[in-house]
Amino acid sequence: MRFMMLYKPGKEDVPPTQEHMAAMGRFIEKMAKSGALLATDGLQSSSKGARVRIASDGKFTVTDGPFTETKELIAGFAIVQAKSKAEAIELAKQFLKVVGEGESEVRLMHDQPAFEAEPTLQFSREGERQRAKPTARG
Amino acid sequence: MSDTHRAIDAVWRIESARLIAGLARIVGDVGLAEDLAQDALLAALERWPESGIPDSPGAWLMATAKHRAIDMHRRSKRIERTHEELGHELDTQQEMTVADLDAALDDDIGDDLLRLIFTACHPVLSTEARVALTLRLLGGLTTDEIARAFLIPEATVAQRIVRAKRTLAEARVPFEVPRGADRTARLSSVLGVIYLVFNEGYSATAGDDWTRPALCDDAVRLGRILAELAPNEAEVHGLVALMEMQSSRLRARTGPSGEPILLLDQDRGRWDQILIRRGLAALARAEHLGSARGPYALQAAIVACHARARTADETDWERIVALYDALAELTPSPIVELNRAVAVSMAYGPAAGLKLVEALGSEPSLKMYHLLPSVRGDLLLKLGRPSEARPEFEHAASLTRNVRERELLLDRARSCLNGTSPR
Repeated sequence: MRFMMLYKPGKEDVPPTQEHMAAMGRFIEKMAKSGALLATDGLQSSSKGARVRIASDGKFTVTDGPFTETKELIAGFAIVQAKSKAEAIELAKQFLKVVGEGESEVRLMHDQPAFEAEPTLQFSREGERQRAKPTARG
Repeated sequence: MSDTHRAIDAVWRIESARLIAGLARIVGDVGLAEDLAQDALLAALERWPESGIPDSPGAWLMATAKHRAIDMHRRSKRIERTHEELGHELDTQQEMTVADLDAALDDDIGDDLLRLIFTACHPVLSTEARVALTLRLLGGLTTDEIARAFLIPEATVAQRIVRAKRTLAEARVPFEVPRGADRTARLSSVLGVIYLVFNEGYSATAGDDWTRPALCDDAVRLGRILAELAPNEAEVHGLVALMEMQSSRLRARTGPSGEPILLLDQDRGRWDQILIRRGLAALARAEHLGSARGPYALQAAIVACHARARTADETDWERIVALYDALAELTPSPIVELNRAVAVSMAYGPAAGLKLVEALGSEPSLKMYHLLPSVRGDLLLKLGRPSEARPEFEHAASLTRNVRERELLLDRARSCLNGTSPR
């Protein structure tokens, strides 16, 4: 399963400090070494971006940044491979601990064929796994 | 399952390999290290639902496991084991804080993980044992998950793992990364295990599903870890490149009702561009490191030809034939020859391919291999000889143990009757 994590600092888009960048660099390296990280990048200030909308009549509106809804501003993303949503959540926690504030939106990606006949291994026997706990490790 | 249990599951998945690797260095025994790690997990399952998950769950598990190791060491002091070193290390580390442990886990674990991979894939073990132990120790899979992935009873897997751990202990396999002349052979054993896991996921040899993507994910992840740990080994990057690019097609490989879709019929828009890019980058690293391409890098180069072609018609089949020539020279095998025959048929016409396939007809190792009659049927059909193609597809269908594949082959056999081609 793959998840996209969207990081929202929850404040105006000021660039991260050197210290922050270094801490994030170390974390990203650790994630890459664990084989879980597929792609990641940070986004520059929203003042360098734009919003493009289409209205019901087909007309476009382009609004240049900066955007004012600071809570919703995305500062970076990561695509990770995980066995379960819980694992993705743990990874998000580890990341947030490093950056110290904000929110990470964890979203499941369309990994599997969109209309897959069989659920993935992980979920097909969820009930059985539950019954087998906690000795299932044996 | 409660949220806490799910979270513990996740923590285990993330931390277990590093935990076991770190413990194995201290106690010098992979089996014992895993037992200690499991004990720590049980302690977590008891305590965390009440106390909440600690700030640094990995460090907590490590500290708990180390305390168990110390207890055990003190209790067994009478028994002369090679634990003087262990006692010393444990005593000096006892006072380490959780933060220290966390840092130690982050910094020094790389070599331990590499040692763990080499130990789990040690040639003293059978291939099945290597696979089970690797998925268990490095992939963080439960016995039950391994059993389901390979469609074998859980008891069989459990037994394999117990025996494997005993074999390693009895053979006194040192917990180390092999150096010198041994290293190449040992590395190829590791790569072989990872690729075997991948292939079982990519085209399941038996069962109802054509693919088992979760197993592919496990294998690619192991490969990526290995590539980070042994960054100068060209073939490691070659294998990673091969697996990333093969994985990129997984979601295009299965149709709406679970039926297989063959390479040339796939919707290339559904190929995963992130994985293709990762694969091409890994291939570039492999080619940069290696003076000559090894078998994995060569196979990755073949797959790259497909990945680079925007439509099936754009495929550079002549280049693929040349790459198969090189592969056949490096690792001659009837299966490589069969694949080469397919490439030849695409580059130079079905008659040329069929000639090569016919030459393989007497190959004893392909006698039970369903893809031989399947390819022969395909080429006969393309040459306008459906009545000869039909029994080939039927024969192929009778040889495969995968349900989806059998259905596909029987479909093709039927289409020979009414003269329509499903391709």
